[in-house]
Amino acid sequence: MEYISIVFEEVYKILFLLVPVLVSVAMIVWLDRRIWAFVQKRQGPNVVGPFGLLQSLADALKYIFKEMIIPSSSNKLIFILAPIVTMTLALIAWAVIPFGATQVLADINVGILYLFAVSSLGVYGIIMGGWASNSKYPFLGAIRSAAQMVSYEVSIGVIIINVLLCVGSLNLNDIVTAQQSMWFVIPLFPMFVIFFISALAETNRPPFDLPEAEAELVAGYQTEYSGMMYAMFWLGEYANILLMCAMGAILFLGGWLSPLEVFPFTLIPGAIWLILKILLLFFLFALVKAIVPRYRYDQLMRLGWKVFLPFSLIWVVLTASYLFYFNLLPVN
Amino acid sequence: MKISRLFKTILMIDFLGGLLIALKEFFKPKKTINYPFEKGKISPRFRGEHALRRYPNGEERCIACKLCEAVCPAQAITIESTQREDGSRKTTRYDIDMMKCIYCGLCEESCPVDAIVQGPNFEFSTETREELYYTKKKLLDNGDRWENILDANIRADSSHR
Repeated sequence: MEYISIVFEEVYKILFLLVPVLVSVAMIVWLDRRIWAFVQKRQGPNVVGPFGLLQSLADALKYIFKEMIIPSSSNKLIFILAPIVTMTLALIAWAVIPFGATQVLADINVGILYLFAVSSLGVYGIIMGGWASNSKYPFLGAIRSAAQMVSYEVSIGVIIINVLLCVGSLNLNDIVTAQQSMWFVIPLFPMFVIFFISALAETNRPPFDLPEAEAELVAGYQTEYSGMMYAMFWLGEYANILLMCAMGAILFLGGWLSPLEVFPFTLIPGAIWLILKILLLFFLFALVKAIVPRYRYDQLMRLGWKVFLPFSLIWVVLTASYLFYFNLLPVN
Repeated sequence: MKISRLFKTILMIDFLGGLLIALKEFFKPKKTINYPFEKGKISPRFRGEHALRRYPNGEERCIACKLCEAVCPAQAITIESTQREDGSRKTTRYDIDMMKCIYCGLCEESCPVDAIVQGPNFEFSTETREELYYTKKKLLDNGDRWENILDANIRADSSHR
């Protein structure tokens, strides 16, 4: 009996986190389209609901009622599994995101490693989708996507090391509280820029949307998908984008801390601050989508391996030597 | 030259400039309209859905001269006529295949009595092809429905003819 009550409590907590995340994913799709349209001086979706806010729900409803087509030559099990994996991985990562000093589902001491591991696993959903489709465009898209995500993960990992050097803990809440005096975006600004660009590549956003380059690959790994499975890929993708924004907010923008520790700001709860910071980063994501042309594949690889990786490695050495020289190393 | 180029790349000057322009455009008034709720301005010469007009006393204008049928480059118009008891020639059949029609406006231009005209309506999509074979009845109905606008349009354009 006691066991059941504990399970119910946990399920309740998970739902309390997941439902807002899923709703905000739907909203973020709308926001993305709207910002994109505004930059191009269009109206964007504005018919369904107030300001078109319910557009994503209408789209989701449409996808649910559409036929799911499973190609006869595909590997059916993996084909069906791929969107599920993408979606699940995008959602379970939210377990460690702290919305306040105590408002976190799983306050584990290796939070950032968990985040990094889960976001790295995200490539499996895409590879599985591309492979199981048994069709040339999805396959090419999946290969591109795998290479791209692996390349940029390396530099994201090194950037995270930079932050960890300054914090001395892998716990996300510790990372946030370490920024009490100064957000890491100020001393580590170049790392923040590289993190942002790598996050674009990691989530297959323009200018790095090669895996679904519609001019060459139809829709990349999503080509053979339809109906609810396509919608799940789509939700997973945006959940990942949101997660990357949250990661950027926590690592560099002080997470749930208010920008100034003075009266009117401290009234607002930490969760609101985190959401505002995520939205700010997402706004940048959407603006970038509207203004940049797509990279060529060799340029993408060159940027990842020959520019970002050496630069962030050098920055690790710089940060480490600076902290060591001035005896600022955090010691637990 | 090369050094300055390098600095431009590293500091992402061009990218930031682009971002700034995007931000500026973001707040500018939109160029598009809310289509189903507001519509763009249409010229009096707009060549939309066809209509057959009547005289104010209710008599059909069409005299079955078949000029429109002859001039139609897509051969979308089919006319059959007969002589009425009062000696006037009238159509018994006036069909336009709206899927063949290329909306060139030659029928309207060839008509000596301003009977067949193309109105301002462009929202007449249907769910079946059959509904797009317009008959005389449908065309006359259109004429009755749009007469005010059609009349005003012909007046507005008459000085240029």
